[in-house]
Amino acid sequence: MTDISQNITVSRASKASYIAAILGAVILVALVTAPLWAGRAELRLMGEIFLYLALASLWNLMAGYAGLVSVGQQAYVGFGGYMLFALTMFGGLHPIAAIGLAGVLGILIAIPVAFLIFRLRGAYFAIGTWVMAEVFRLSFAQVSALGGGSGSSLPVAIVRSLADGRQAREWTSYWLALGVVVVVITAVFLLLRSRRGLALSAIRDNELAAGSLGIDIWATKFVVYIVTGGLTAMVGALIFLQKLRISPDAAFSVNDWTAFVIFIVVIGGIGTLEGPIIGTLVFFALRETLADLGTTYLIILGLVAIIIMLKAPKGIWGLIRDRYDLQLFPLGYRVSQSKSDERS
Amino acid sequence: MEWVNAILQGTLLGGLYALFAAGLSLIFGVMRLVNIAHGDLIVLAAYLGLTVTSTIGVHPLLALAIVVPAMALIGYVLQRGILNFTLGDDLLPPLLVTFGLSVILQNALLEVYTADPQKMNAGALETASIPVGDLAVGVLPLLTFAFAIAVIAALQFVFYRTALGRAFRAVSDNQDIAQLMGLNRRHIFGLAMALALAVTAIAGILLGIRTSFDPSSGGGRLIFGFEAVIIGGLGNLWGTLAGGVILGVAQNIGAQINPGWQLLAGHLAFLVVLAIRPRGLFPRISG
Amino acid sequence: MPDPILKTEGLNSFYGDFQALFDLDIHVEEGEVLAIIGANGAGKTTLMRSITGLLKNGANEVSYRNEPIGHLRADQIASKGLALVPEGRQLFPSLSVEENLLIGGRVGRPGPWNLKTVCELFPILDERRNVPSTALSGGQQQMVAIGRALMSNPDLLLFDEISLGLAPVIIKTIYDALPGIVGEGMSAVIVEQDISKALAFSSRVYCLQEGRVSLEGASSTVSRDDISRAYFGVE
Repeated sequence: MTDISQNITVSRASKASYIAAILGAVILVALVTAPLWAGRAELRLMGEIFLYLALASLWNLMAGYAGLVSVGQQAYVGFGGYMLFALTMFGGLHPIAAIGLAGVLGILIAIPVAFLIFRLRGAYFAIGTWVMAEVFRLSFAQVSALGGGSGSSLPVAIVRSLADGRQAREWTSYWLALGVVVVVITAVFLLLRSRRGLALSAIRDNELAAGSLGIDIWATKFVVYIVTGGLTAMVGALIFLQKLRISPDAAFSVNDWTAFVIFIVVIGGIGTLEGPIIGTLVFFALRETLADLGTTYLIILGLVAIIIMLKAPKGIWGLIRDRYDLQLFPLGYRVSQSKSDERS
Repeated sequence: MEWVNAILQGTLLGGLYALFAAGLSLIFGVMRLVNIAHGDLIVLAAYLGLTVTSTIGVHPLLALAIVVPAMALIGYVLQRGILNFTLGDDLLPPLLVTFGLSVILQNALLEVYTADPQKMNAGALETASIPVGDLAVGVLPLLTFAFAIAVIAALQFVFYRTALGRAFRAVSDNQDIAQLMGLNRRHIFGLAMALALAVTAIAGILLGIRTSFDPSSGGGRLIFGFEAVIIGGLGNLWGTLAGGVILGVAQNIGAQINPGWQLLAGHLAFLVVLAIRPRGLFPRISG
Repeated sequence: MPDPILKTEGLNSFYGDFQALFDLDIHVEEGEVLAIIGANGAGKTTLMRSITGLLKNGANEVSYRNEPIGHLRADQIASKGLALVPEGRQLFPSLSVEENLLIGGRVGRPGPWNLKTVCELFPILDERRNVPSTALSGGQQQMVAIGRALMSNPDLLLFDEISLGLAPVIIKTIYDALPGIVGEGMSAVIVEQDISKALAFSSRVYCLQEGRVSLEGASSTVSRDDISRAYFGVE
């Protein structure tokens, strides 16, 4: 055996990830300046895409990395939405401050929830999260100040306080959506690159082995759960700032805020950062072309998700990555030999 | 007296929840599968019952003779055709595939039967009651509770006294070794799902006689069944009945205080049990 | 010479990416007791899993009575008359002793073995038939595992490490029962760590080393030196 240790380099980045970073920067600049080149309808659609991408990235962090499969994230979407309404209407806060505070409150409410539902394992955990979402929905339906079961609209004065003029409000709303998705993806990326992230990857690959390596699985999952809860509440606040109207059924809809999100992640590729991005684009492409079909569209979506889960469980991004060995977000480590030793 | 009545009615309602839960519990026991579409399958059974009663004009309870075998067949085909391919060490595939099934079922029902709430007509049975002291006990709730006891006793018998039950337990213990005994686990899982959906058929018909239902009713039924399973203790069929009763009583007491608190009170009872006895009130001793 | 009851030809078995058996050719003659010995990790248990169908192989890599079975499922192979006493007993914990035996008879092949004859072979099982299988001692569990395999009236019985983890006195009881089991025209394969036991009770022996046959011979003629060479691969 020859000693090749001197010629080996370990790096996180690859050529593809540099190109992706540059491309990402270009796209980000284009997106920030979108109000200058895009029409009102496109701006609205893009805002919605960003919010779904944020939800998908967060769900993927929980299910794809921490092994916490939740079908109850609508709890935090709805909670965030209601907090926006309550904080602006009764607390007199500016909507943007309310969004931030909704995130903090989301974390606070997620703590006791986690203590309860972490007692359930695996699939039962999933249904437990759904029960929590139902508890949230039924509780908010009891609050008559927020319109009870029929819900309420955001007062015009609060809407006006966001920015002067309709165009300025639409732009602000768009930038907020873009901002939140950048925050979410950056947060997920940094979390995964940190020591906790390494622990997460270990848990994803083999929970038993990770535990024997001294990783505190419970604490790691707990942190992921409450951070996800807080960020999801922020996204929820933004969603209902755009909708301007909230009701328990809309705020805590399992289809809108969890089913679609799960389909996005499964189709794009679970357990990767790139997957939710691709999944969101596919989801909206399908929606824009098939939405006229109504229920048939949802049946098709369900079928596509099932087929992908059975035939290509790593999703579209998994197929691409297996073929081309690509990684756009430099998360893993790559070992390569330097050029001088490339005889073999 | 109102309170006694609430508790009595809640107990009987618990029978229905136990029927929701029994199939869920059976499937989990045999193959560790949690079926998110379970509630939608209950609703599917109710719609099948509706179609049978309206096309050939029989009483809903007679429709069981068609709906039970139909659901069992659907269960076997579903298991062999799709769900068997999701089983393994990974938790995600069964969860996400049954979640996808749930969305497909809901929307397919919406397509066929529209979103209008429906109900089955069981004639005099719906209003008949037996006076007990000052209270009136409905015949239908009583019948539902009797069905729950009969179904759980029958499942218990199948599970612990028959060759099929031996096969279920053997496959649940160790799939490889069971296979060496000449048991084809794919077939055994198919039979388990068939049995579970036969129970689901009974639950669906009784649900459809008792209250109105629509294509989106499934999620709620899944949650009630799930809560009954967890309150009662995993892997204990009689515990499931106790769990259903506790849930039903909690809901009725909640409704007695404030009509808006009915469901909330049930969920809170579940969360309290989860907080103080996470393994349920009557966990099975082993495993 | 009659055809062998079982043979493998060019058997390659894998656990994921890891190859455990390499081009393995072995055969079992009708009516013989064959011993398979080898160090830990030599591939003995993998071979048992491949033969019984718990690992899938190419159809022709394993054949039973000249019929390719390498591609069949374990339950299909079991119904042809092949039974395994698995390593570590592996009884069904939620079944009673009697139920464990009954499930072994589920294949329903005709023959001398039934609940009554198995209990005659191991009388202790009759006493404890309604006890959960987990309540038995290791030796008693091994008796149930053997009885369970016999209940299917197999033509070829595979024993994987039957003496592993058992007290010497128990091992003796079990080996004393062996002639009564395999005497009636049944063929058997014994996988053993205990070489002297393996040689004493078999007519022929294979030694495996790193997934390949390193020695084959008549049990009465192979020398200790040959075996230790084949076992450890040292010169």
